[in-house]
Amino acid sequence: MAGVDMDMQILIVDDYKTMLRIIRNLLKQLGFNNVDEATDGAQALQKLRDKPYQLVISDWNMEPMSGLQLLKEVRADTKLKDLPFVMITAESKSENVVAAKQAGVTNYIVKPFNAATLKNKLQAVLGAF
Amino acid sequence: MTSEAETNGHAQRLEALVSRYKDIDPDDLVNIVEGIINTAQGDLSSVNLKVYGEIEALSRYIHSARQEIASLRPDEITDEHIPAAGEELEAIVGATEQATNTIMESVEAIEQEAENLPPEVAQRLTDSVTQVYEACGFQDITGQRITKVVHCLTHIEEKVHALLETFGEPGERTAREEKASKTSGPGDAELMNGPQSSEDAISQDDIDALLASFD
Repeated sequence: MAGVDMDMQILIVDDYKTMLRIIRNLLKQLGFNNVDEATDGAQALQKLRDKPYQLVISDWNMEPMSGLQLLKEVRADTKLKDLPFVMITAESKSENVVAAKQAGVTNYIVKPFNAATLKNKLQAVLGAF
Repeated sequence: MTSEAETNGHAQRLEALVSRYKDIDPDDLVNIVEGIINTAQGDLSSVNLKVYGEIEALSRYIHSARQEIASLRPDEITDEHIPAAGEELEAIVGATEQATNTIMESVEAIEQEAENLPPEVAQRLTDSVTQVYEACGFQDITGQRITKVVHCLTHIEEKVHALLETFGEPGERTAREEKASKTSGPGDAELMNGPQSSEDAISQDDIDALLASFD
């Protein structure tokens, strides 16, 4: 496996702007600077179809399209189906994790989360950086 | 004595009644009817009399229940308390969002400054900054919890509204008029309203002007 491309395009999706800002800052600390934002699933899907991304980090609980619906759309799209998709959410019941796993989630981070967890999970998804 | 055909007829009517009033337990209905019948002593006319008496009592009971519900002023719950609670909660979400953004703006500036410091100091500073970012996640979590509470309130509002529709007395929307007609100045309790929402809040400048107007 080649080194992780630190210039990769990452899409972060959350309906709380403060959370987008937090994730953006934490990604910056990890060395990822090419970060785009969307505030709901529908907007995210549009962006994903408009240009190539190498990673999606999405919240679950959003209107009108939830993170789970977004994940299903991504996995059902021939162009996007292999895109790494990490869920960051306050939903922490086991049935949530099972549903996300069945829908093809790459990894799952529960809120509140810390920077170390984010780093570990991203390394699990992308490889060491 | 009842024939079989008659019994079947009663059973059908009972079923029809139950299907019309979903929440009625048919056993309860049977018990009530049996109770009424059993209290009858002797002939049919006395049964009629007893039934009439029972119905009258029931009517009085419903009427007093309606009056009691009206005296609880459920209209205040739907017209005042719940909307006020909703506004307060929305204000909380707005205020935490604003404060969180301000905190992050400051911390981002601090993080920027860290680049100009000796590496070991910069590292300590960056670690603290990271912790602040992590803590700022509270805004998202509390926001989601408050949204849940707002949904609960809306649900309660709907239930109270349904109760009013069913049992409410007409002409009970007098609470606010009564309150408004109090002519004396506000008492201490009425003066303690907590933080104001931005649209009805007055600024420090307004307060200074008001204070100056007394001089």
